[in-house]
Amino acid sequence: MFAAFLQYLFSGLTSGAIYALAGLGFAIIYNSSHVINFAQGEFIMIGGMATATMVAAGLPLPLAIALSMLASMMVGVALEKFAIEPARNSDVVTIIIITIGASIFLRGAAQILWDKEFHSLPAFSGETPIGVFGATLMPQSLWVFGVSGAVIVALWWFFNRTMFGKAMLGTSHNRLAAQLVGVGVKKVLLASFALSALLGAVGGVVVTPITFTNYEAGIMLGLKGFSAAVLGGLGNGGGAIVGGLIVGIAEALASGYLSSAYKDAIAFIIILFVLFFMPNGLFGKRGTDRV
Amino acid sequence: MLAVVITVAPLGFSNSYYYDVAVNAMFNAIVCVGLNLLIGYAGQISLGHAGFFALGAYGSALLTASWGLPPIAAMLISATVVGLLAFVVGRPILKLKGHYLAMATLGIGIIIHIVLKTEAKITGGPDGMSVDNFSLLGFTVMGDRMWYWVVGILLILTVWLALNLIDSPVGRALRAVHGSEVGAEVVGVDTSSYKVLVFVVSAVFASMVGSLFAHKNGFITPDIGSFMHSVELVVMVVLGGMASVFGALIGAVILTLLPQFLAVVEQYEAMILGAIMMGTMIFLPKGLLPSIVSAFKRREGGQ
Amino acid sequence: MSLLKVESLSKEFGGVHAIENLTFSVEPGDIHSIIGPNGAGKTTLFNLITGVYTPSAGRVLFQDRLVSGMKPYELAALGMSRTFQNLQIFFNMKAIENVMVGHHLHLDRRFLSSLLRLPKMRRADHECRDFCAGLMEFVGLAKYLDADAASMPYGALKRLEIARALAAKPRMLLLDEPAAGLNATESREIDEVIKKVASTGVTVVLVEHDMKMVMGISDYITALDYGRKLAEGTPAEVRANPEVVAAYLGAHA
Repeated sequence: MFAAFLQYLFSGLTSGAIYALAGLGFAIIYNSSHVINFAQGEFIMIGGMATATMVAAGLPLPLAIALSMLASMMVGVALEKFAIEPARNSDVVTIIIITIGASIFLRGAAQILWDKEFHSLPAFSGETPIGVFGATLMPQSLWVFGVSGAVIVALWWFFNRTMFGKAMLGTSHNRLAAQLVGVGVKKVLLASFALSALLGAVGGVVVTPITFTNYEAGIMLGLKGFSAAVLGGLGNGGGAIVGGLIVGIAEALASGYLSSAYKDAIAFIIILFVLFFMPNGLFGKRGTDRV
Repeated sequence: MLAVVITVAPLGFSNSYYYDVAVNAMFNAIVCVGLNLLIGYAGQISLGHAGFFALGAYGSALLTASWGLPPIAAMLISATVVGLLAFVVGRPILKLKGHYLAMATLGIGIIIHIVLKTEAKITGGPDGMSVDNFSLLGFTVMGDRMWYWVVGILLILTVWLALNLIDSPVGRALRAVHGSEVGAEVVGVDTSSYKVLVFVVSAVFASMVGSLFAHKNGFITPDIGSFMHSVELVVMVVLGGMASVFGALIGAVILTLLPQFLAVVEQYEAMILGAIMMGTMIFLPKGLLPSIVSAFKRREGGQ
Repeated sequence: MSLLKVESLSKEFGGVHAIENLTFSVEPGDIHSIIGPNGAGKTTLFNLITGVYTPSAGRVLFQDRLVSGMKPYELAALGMSRTFQNLQIFFNMKAIENVMVGHHLHLDRRFLSSLLRLPKMRRADHECRDFCAGLMEFVGLAKYLDADAASMPYGALKRLEIARALAAKPRMLLLDEPAAGLNATESREIDEVIKKVASTGVTVVLVEHDMKMVMGISDYITALDYGRKLAEGTPAEVRANPEVVAAYLGAHA
């Protein structure tokens, strides 16, 4: 009984950690630009696919990972530079369509560059399951927890302890004020896309040994990350992490105890319920319209 | 003018495949004219309308196959149910704004899609299910040509109704919701009710076209309710031109025809589609038709 | 009988009192001005009266009917209409359509008649258009009859909001800084418009910074500071009130 629960919890935490990283990616970009980047899932896919093919081609894993992250960041920067920046002042729908267009474009490119097959990576440190109170934990899940945790700590440090990170936060609160004190808004935008792409790629790399990946893998991961970000309250980093974990765990429990077929629906059912009662997510700021 | 185009176009159709594509284009056009009332005129986004389309299709398929209802009754019952569903979810959802609204509508669409895929006992699951011809009073609509004329008339009717609506008290209230909700409220416009109204209307449009699509195609799969199909519908509206009935129509036609042309470069199809979406939105953010119209106006003004 | 009664009204935002225990009333037919320094809570008061905000405490009575807690559109149906300090124009529509939306409550709003554009509705819409064109001329916008709202200058948009509010045929019209951002000539013209509106029997509640205008056209003035009533009375009385002079006029002089 408990063992089964623990098992679901482990698997929920594993996917939840990835959703949290994706959600953070949404939050970072949203904060700096008020753009919802529907191509966030594609960064995850690119990270996983690029690493998998490079490893298959004989490159050592660490090098392959580093190169993939670099590639993903370059895609992120290109996306900002060529697709988002020229449309800076457009309305919500327009930018949503641009980023969806970008995601379709990237999927199409991935399908040509690679193929439509599923790819995997060997687990980073073996596949010997670890027994925990009757449940089993794959070593790769520990990697997922560890890396996600490290990334979150690093981000916290970046946003609270470095000049540039603080500048990025400042821009999200008040763009004009940030500009007045000399923060380069353009640079902040580029950095936010690069950072989100990096987060996506990290998530993609650590999860690929567990879930495998293919050119379409980014769609659902991206949408779940979006749910995580909205659940926590758009633009709230901590909220996105909590949101991601909630979505991951709820999904795992529901597929264990209710029906595995409805696993993918859970995230959206939760989000609808939350939005019905809390239109700004769990931790979102409640705004009063000024008229 | 639209009537003329619809009448004349078939002269260029050398075989029934053209009719088939044209019917699909017109199906999409009807959905988009309805969806444009929501997105373009009332300014509310929906990333879940393919869900309503699919519900209409499956409603008709199930009611005619398992209950033996006549297609027209099946279509109207499905549309009523979809309308009710849209009404029930619309009230809380349409209080949301911007990205939150996008998320909620997206969620509804995805949930519908997953239900259709999963309840295999009823819907046949991912394998899909077949649907009979559409018949009314002993008269059966069959073949691409006949469908062409039927759907063509429906499209003209839809455009006429939409044009009427936009230039009416209700239509102005809808556009005012887009312009400024509080501005509309203080002169007596019950904005939440109007948002729900247009959400329901656009969902019913999608449902009815879904029903007809099911009969015309004879076979449906859950993927007609997928997120990607919802996105396609929104792209048609935005590409052609928001807040322009004919813009939505043109967007629908272009985006239906596009894959036919791109079939030549098969594997680059997705990339080109994505690039077109980005390019149009960056360079013509108002959409094709309004951009062209204003370019013409500028030209005339200059002379 | 007072047209509008505000009784012990309070509104707080996160612990800050924007309006505190405010009581006053507006007599029918008056031009009643609300004055006070920036941040005194004038716009918040308008938002409370017109239902945009719900009060934290206290009541608002309109025509002796309790209206606090009602939605803006319900209040509009009872005869209240307003303009905004930050313009709330429908920029996606033509100028005259903006005004026609104002006439919404007096038109056939059934969905089916709109969808089918029955001859009766078409006639009514035609009359509505003429009526609204008349209102645009009334506020001095005759040359913008065919204009897109988005192409109009700021001063014209301020009048457009007044025309839109008038199209609702209100008993009470609330104007939030109608002269803000206008030059002296435009300001005088708005002044004339307000007097004309009042002469048709519509009660006007005015928030305005332009003291010359306020003192010139008001029948009665309520002065606010930090959300509380500082003084009230005729322009002469308020002008002579030492507290008002200190808090408001003094600060500006």
